[in-house]
Amino acid sequence: MEHIRTPKVENVHMIDRLTPRKSTVGTLYLSSTHTIFVENSEARKETWVLHSLVYNVERFPTNPSGSPLIIRCKNFHVYRLLIPQERDCLDVLASLTRLSRPECYGELFCFSFNPNLDKELREKAWGFIDLKAEFNRMGIPSNLWHVTAANHEYRLCDTYPSELFVPKSAFPAVIVGSAKFRSRGRLPVLSYFHRDTSASICRSSQPLSGFSARSSDDEQMLQAIMKSNPISEFMYVVDTRPKLNAMANRAAGKGYENEDHYTNIKLQFIGIENIHVMRNSQQKLIDVGELAAPSMSDFLWGLENSGWLKHIKAVLDAGVFIAKAVAEDGVSVLVHCSDGWDRTAQACSVASVLLDPYYRTIKGLMVLIEKDWVSFGHKFSHRYAHLDGDPKEVSPVMDQFLECVWQLMQQFPCAFEFNERFLIQLHTHIYSCQYGNFIGNCQKERRDLRLQERTHSLWPHLWENRAEYTNPLYRTDHSQTQGVLKPLTTAYCFKFWKGMYGRAEKSVASHQSPADCLNAVREESQQLEEELSAHQEVPRETDAGQETCPTEGEENFRGEEEDQQAV
Amino acid sequence: MEFAELIKTPRVDGVVLHRPFMPTVEGTLCLTGHHLILSSRQDNTEELWLLHANIDSIEKRFVGSLGTIIVKCKDLRVIQLDIPGMEECLNIASSIEALSTLDSVSLMYPFFYRPLFEVIEDGWQLFVPEEAFKDLESMTDEWRLSEVNKDFSVCPSYPSLLTVPKDIDDESLCKAASFRHGGRFPVLSYYHKKNGMVMMRAAQPLTGTNGRRCKEDEKLINATLCAGKRGYIIDTRTIAVAQQAKARGGGFEQEANYAQWRRIHKAIERSNVLQEGLIKLVEACNDQSHSMDRWLSKLEASNWQSNVKEILTTACLAAQCIDREGASVLVHGTEGTDSTLQVTSLAQIILDPACRTIRGFEALIEREWLQAGHPFQQRCAQSAYSNGKPRSEAPVFLLFLDCVWQILRQFPCSFQFNENFLIMLFEHAYASQFGTFLGNSVAERLKLLLSQKTVSLWSWVNRPQELERFLNPLYEPNNLVIWPSVAPQSLLLWEGVFLRWNRSTKCLDEAYQEMVHIIEYNKELQNKVNSLRRQLAQLETEDGPLQTP
Repeated sequence: MEHIRTPKVENVHMIDRLTPRKSTVGTLYLSSTHTIFVENSEARKETWVLHSLVYNVERFPTNPSGSPLIIRCKNFHVYRLLIPQERDCLDVLASLTRLSRPECYGELFCFSFNPNLDKELREKAWGFIDLKAEFNRMGIPSNLWHVTAANHEYRLCDTYPSELFVPKSAFPAVIVGSAKFRSRGRLPVLSYFHRDTSASICRSSQPLSGFSARSSDDEQMLQAIMKSNPISEFMYVVDTRPKLNAMANRAAGKGYENEDHYTNIKLQFIGIENIHVMRNSQQKLIDVGELAAPSMSDFLWGLENSGWLKHIKAVLDAGVFIAKAVAEDGVSVLVHCSDGWDRTAQACSVASVLLDPYYRTIKGLMVLIEKDWVSFGHKFSHRYAHLDGDPKEVSPVMDQFLECVWQLMQQFPCAFEFNERFLIQLHTHIYSCQYGNFIGNCQKERRDLRLQERTHSLWPHLWENRAEYTNPLYRTDHSQTQGVLKPLTTAYCFKFWKGMYGRAEKSVASHQSPADCLNAVREESQQLEEELSAHQEVPRETDAGQETCPTEGEENFRGEEEDQQAV
Repeated sequence: MEFAELIKTPRVDGVVLHRPFMPTVEGTLCLTGHHLILSSRQDNTEELWLLHANIDSIEKRFVGSLGTIIVKCKDLRVIQLDIPGMEECLNIASSIEALSTLDSVSLMYPFFYRPLFEVIEDGWQLFVPEEAFKDLESMTDEWRLSEVNKDFSVCPSYPSLLTVPKDIDDESLCKAASFRHGGRFPVLSYYHKKNGMVMMRAAQPLTGTNGRRCKEDEKLINATLCAGKRGYIIDTRTIAVAQQAKARGGGFEQEANYAQWRRIHKAIERSNVLQEGLIKLVEACNDQSHSMDRWLSKLEASNWQSNVKEILTTACLAAQCIDREGASVLVHGTEGTDSTLQVTSLAQIILDPACRTIRGFEALIEREWLQAGHPFQQRCAQSAYSNGKPRSEAPVFLLFLDCVWQILRQFPCSFQFNENFLIMLFEHAYASQFGTFLGNSVAERLKLLLSQKTVSLWSWVNRPQELERFLNPLYEPNNLVIWPSVAPQSLLLWEGVFLRWNRSTKCLDEAYQEMVHIIEYNKELQNKVNSLRRQLAQLETEDGPLQTP
């Protein structure tokens, strides 16, 4: 509270740049967690902006009508305010600047957010996603793979989960030796097992090979992974970096696998750029979305210049390559980049979405994120700037994964149980710090923060509201929900994600969405089904009291029909 | 002339057909006077029937004695035929070239086509000006139907009947016509029932360099204004282009002479520029090897999306003047047969819910395009693959359809028809068995006796069996004005046309089927519930009054 210089400012204008007549006047409140704008209109419409979602606040020179202030959010919403008094504007600016940059975890919203759940429910909620059950679901043959205790208490690798699946044939010494030969101890471990072909996706960080170093343990580790797929004679090592970047790493004693030292591996570079390139690219894309009245050329040129879609294509191409190797060629793949927590997570999870229909369901995507991102030490707090810290650590890695899924949804409209809104909601919560799931940078850190005791889990909350996130076209028995997805990745297949990046201006929002119409129709069908069965249950000879029940439902229903016609 | 003279080799066996995203077919290739046919002669396999008129250009290649003909169609499809035998291949190629570029309209397929269905409702009689005028008369008595152009001497590109202000006599119309390019004097395009405002269209005034004026023209358009009200003239050209037009005798309305009007200039490209854009766009869409950067830069360089944006913006402006400002509008460009019609027809789609129904949209195309004298035959003679020097070809109508698609996509529940309907119109505008899009004006169509000698597209489309494919399952009629967003990010590439042959549409088609299924199931349930409700109501009356809450 000590950071709030002014809790309330009246007669603030919320500006709609495209349609000025839609601008509104109201009162601005600052709470310890939110900025709240309440319109003076009769509806008293409220806009709540979470401090932790604020990306930056910018003030413009005071003009006769007041002091303009722009609040830009990490989920790409932009709020343009006009504050009558310059002094108030400065106070709001100073307060928000401080409030949106927490200095320690304790200041984060998740530690004060209290949705009124009792202790028992909260604990149960944390068990909603169970990774052990997930590895069971994959059908991993226990004669080939097992859980190693090597990383108990994070002894081997402090950014990995404590439970790791490794080839059963890899001796403990090999595991330890391999970890020593990998950047930050992130040794090759199982991420996904494809039951249909017995091929697997494993992940790691880069080897510490430099120009000549080698490790027989690491070589044996890869051999063991390859052998865990009985029918295959070689395996792919997918280095998701551009080859030049990988070569440059050799000078620092890191690099990539030497094909001469590892037997039967095929090395493949994919060329996903590093986090700094991605950060700059997204910034350019956001700038395009914020252009005032751009021409078509400004827009297309800006889109090209940002390079964003090129990067999205690279990530999707990586996933397609891996999925094809695993499903069509039956070849196991080891994926790595430098540290194995950004591009590796992207490539593994995109491949998994392509390979396994389960990850295209609402719960399955939660599981996938929990597995490939949360448990394997994707640095959420660094990448999404949860705390005031090094801006060079920030990068939209997860944004790109979610966008790859969205691009796939455009090509396979029936293949996903969830809709665009689900992806956008996930994106918001990765940044919002409202729930504990994405706080910290690895499992160990989360354990040390005792997040499960002190914060709430996002997953059950999303699950309860799943009706809102359901794709009406999804049917479990539809052909698109079965088997492996084979998307086209020609340049023209990629689209600008308007639902995500087109939110700087309210009035550009789309008017009608077919998905929403269909959901309404489906909901209505459900009511009709219920009414139908209610009617059918009523025997012909009954007393009047029972018969009135369905009639009541009927009244409601008629009312709805009229509403729809009035639209 | 006998077609047989042009067909040197009517039949070749062992021809292999390649189409993207489809299995290859081997079979017999036959040439007839109007079709290229490839039949595999096996049961259950698809045959290819291609209208020669649909062929935009061909390319020949030889490897040894195997010849290959690449056939590029006006609907943007590209197919490849492998033909064994050099002579056969050369013969086929030269026949296709000759048959696809026949000069005489009366040799076109519509004059030979005999429908396999019974024409129940003759499309030629569906949309007559007299009927449209009756509707207008029920709303206002300010207008009359003039026969001044009954022999097409006042304006060769106008129909014989025109709606004009009641107080303006035919003599004044003739004088106004002599002051407008091609005799296209201002006529009524649309009457906005909600507030009585109107949209008129014309061609540019012939002011020339010395600022000619025409009192009758001024009187004519002023007659559409309410006392004390100002109107808007929307010139689809930039002020610079309009200035240049003066040197060639054209020009624009001078403020001094049209004091009650405010002139706004927009920047819709001229038709030859649009044609270049189409060629560039299709070239970019057909190259799958493009990197992302190259694709986006080619898309941008084609200017296609910019054109879509500019046309839609202008249409929104016209609609805004009418609906929001409560002002009447006059739209023109140079000839008044291209960008003018894009704007007036799109504005009506925005303003008038009737235009969003199938019949209403057909009527709109009849009124604002066919009868209004858009030169379809000239504009659609060639499409994106034409090699020759462009004459008057231009994708003006395709751009209009693209704009409609953009609005349809933004308002998926507001149109009775779906995307397939628009694509079908695009195809038939360029090559068809029906006579609807032949000729360049009403006068030409009359001379060709199209209504006697050919079948109307509408006669076919409006049959319930055909119509089913074109109905939008999401349609919920509404009476609102719909304002599309013209922000660049809201306007997409029309994949249904431009990427149609460059990707498999299986998954998208399935999604559409799924949508239809969901809605049909809902209707089925509604019927069941309604019938049960009726039964219940009947029981209630039989059993006497119930205690209803």
